[in-house]
Amino acid sequence: MPELKFTDYFKNYPDKEGHFGPYGGRFVGETLMGAIYELEEAYEQYRNDPQFIAEIDKDLADFVGRPSPVYFADNWTRKLGGAQIYLKREDLNHTGAHKVNNTIGQALLAKRMGKTRIIAETGAGQHGVASATVAARLGLECVVYMGAEDVQRQAQNVYRMKLLGAEVVPVQSGAKTLKDALNEALRDWVTNVDNTFYIIGTVAGPHPYPAMVRDFQSVIGREAKNQMLSATGKLPDALVACIGGGSNAIGMFYPFIEDESVAMYGVEGAGHGIETGQHSAPLSAGTPGVLHGNRTYLIQNKAGQITATHSISAGLDYPGVGPEHAWLKDIGRANYVSATDDEALEAFHELTRTEGIIPALETSHALAYVKKLAPTMSPDQTILVNVSGRGDKDMHTVASMAGLNF
Amino acid sequence: MSRISECFANLKADGQTALIPYVTAGDPERWVTVPLLHALVDAGADIIELGVPFSDPMCDGPVIQKACERALNNEVTLQHVLDMVAQFRDKNKTTPIVLMGYDNPMEAMGYAKFAEKAAEAGVDGVLTVDSPPEESSELRQALDKYDIDSIYLVAPTTSVERIQRIASFAKGFIYYVSIKGVTGAAALDVAEVREKLALLRHYTDLPLGVGFGIRDGQSAAAVAEIADAVVIGSTLVRCIEEHEKRPEALPAAVAGLLAEMRYAINARNLASA
Ligand SMILES: Cc1ncc(COP(=O)(O)O)c(C=O)c1O
Repeated sequence: MPELKFTDYFKNYPDKEGHFGPYGGRFVGETLMGAIYELEEAYEQYRNDPQFIAEIDKDLADFVGRPSPVYFADNWTRKLGGAQIYLKREDLNHTGAHKVNNTIGQALLAKRMGKTRIIAETGAGQHGVASATVAARLGLECVVYMGAEDVQRQAQNVYRMKLLGAEVVPVQSGAKTLKDALNEALRDWVTNVDNTFYIIGTVAGPHPYPAMVRDFQSVIGREAKNQMLSATGKLPDALVACIGGGSNAIGMFYPFIEDESVAMYGVEGAGHGIETGQHSAPLSAGTPGVLHGNRTYLIQNKAGQITATHSISAGLDYPGVGPEHAWLKDIGRANYVSATDDEALEAFHELTRTEGIIPALETSHALAYVKKLAPTMSPDQTILVNVSGRGDKDMHTVASMAGLNF
Repeated sequence: MSRISECFANLKADGQTALIPYVTAGDPERWVTVPLLHALVDAGADIIELGVPFSDPMCDGPVIQKACERALNNEVTLQHVLDMVAQFRDKNKTTPIVLMGYDNPMEAMGYAKFAEKAAEAGVDGVLTVDSPPEESSELRQALDKYDIDSIYLVAPTTSVERIQRIASFAKGFIYYVSIKGVTGAAALDVAEVREKLALLRHYTDLPLGVGFGIRDGQSAAAVAEIADAVVIGSTLVRCIEEHEKRPEALPAAVAGLLAEMRYAINARNLASA
């Protein structure tokens, strides 16, 4: 087998048309083509503009509270008996997850583009809350689309969005979850394309979203690289992150892609188990196709219809995945694995009790894989896990598993 | 000459505007579609747009979304849609059929296989709403091999530069989306459409069809004055929805609605002749 070289990765992906190999691209109706070219142009203009970057950095520092710490999980490391485990604490961000890194970038871009109204889709509600938060601060009108099913599951986040002044629209079509919210947001955008900026919450959608959201989230990996170097004197041996659409994972992975010694593990939701068909793990069990503006791995039937997904965590309950992950899988740069609902719950409780950190259920999938990985590695090796969010929003889900209702 | 080009040439010779109904295949029952297509032709359809149902129709409004859901509840696949076309062709060899849908079911079948089967079934054109010319070269080449027309959309937001690019790839006719929005959303503004069509005609000799905002005989007739084809979608699909529980009565009811449009268009054509 020829030796794989990833040293030219940054300059090659995506290409000008937004392709990562066969993945990505711009699969939208003609009415939106003008809007996504306009967005691409604006993003290309501002991404290297020192003033724009300074504005984002200031907000990330003063409003979000960055840099987020890297924390050595001493107790958990001893308990698992293997590699040293470090946690990148995105759960400590304002609004409680990594999502705000991206919404700040996109909302500031919206403002520069003269858009007065922002729309967003949300699953767990974290991206909706992060969007409503920046909208409140920047004085933008904000409409959040959320599957009716998720509105039920995440009632507290719905209320938070409303407090922040956003309109939350429950989506009744299809499976009434995240993918349907995305469809509805795209329909809104087509209709209000002149004054509206669509803030996509993950590395999905048509080009330039997957690259742009990745760039905004890459602050996670850039910080973590320096933090790990100063804490341990070397790069981590493995990175672990959960995968819904893949934004927290790519944010952590991206700055390390050309460092070939660093292994990467993306953890999908295996739901009730891959073999039951009730999961949300397209990279582990899906096939390539086109949905929501890009080509990627999808959970679909043989006829090309998108099929129902399941995960205990609303933020992972999505039949697609960012196209860059599809490509990283195919070229063998990252490994994609999965954790079941039960494994995630167990890891949720374990981190809570051993370290005093209550993680989001999405994050708990990454933690569940760390439980498997760490014991196979040696104590001089290190694992860096992205704690993408905190578990406050999941209290009622976890409590109801234990038979409690608030 | 393709069946679509021939159809437009004949209509032009007669000073007529093409009437193109859209229905979703397999909605609300699989067996209804073929009789419905024949009834539409009898009621004055010149070309038929047959929707391939998709689970995530992001460019469609609620009316066609629900049509897709009904069809998918009947487990209608792209293969079934092709079978319906073949069955329609048993009796009708002249009315062009354009498949309208999303990329993924075609990709799942494989573009080459899809093109081959579509040609065999008697499909004349394919419009993939979420696959602009930039992304559809592979599908286009596959369809070209069988002389199936790749139909493309132009929207109110399409720049002149893009119009030129789209015109260079388009075959059969160009479909102008008359509103910023999803199917069935709003009423169109005839003056605006007139201006855009005039612009389009600088860049293409292809016939121009207009759709997305046409709801009644009056708007159909107004559009017929400026366009080469009028596409009626959500209005007919709403009528199908109303007959969900009485599918036997459906072909006649939908055809009756289309006949009203035909009548309004013809009356206007006569008046302006
Ligand atoms: C805390 C948290 N982690 C992860 C995710 C999954 O998204 P992504 O894969 O884009 O990071 C979500 C989505 O809602 C989330 O709220």
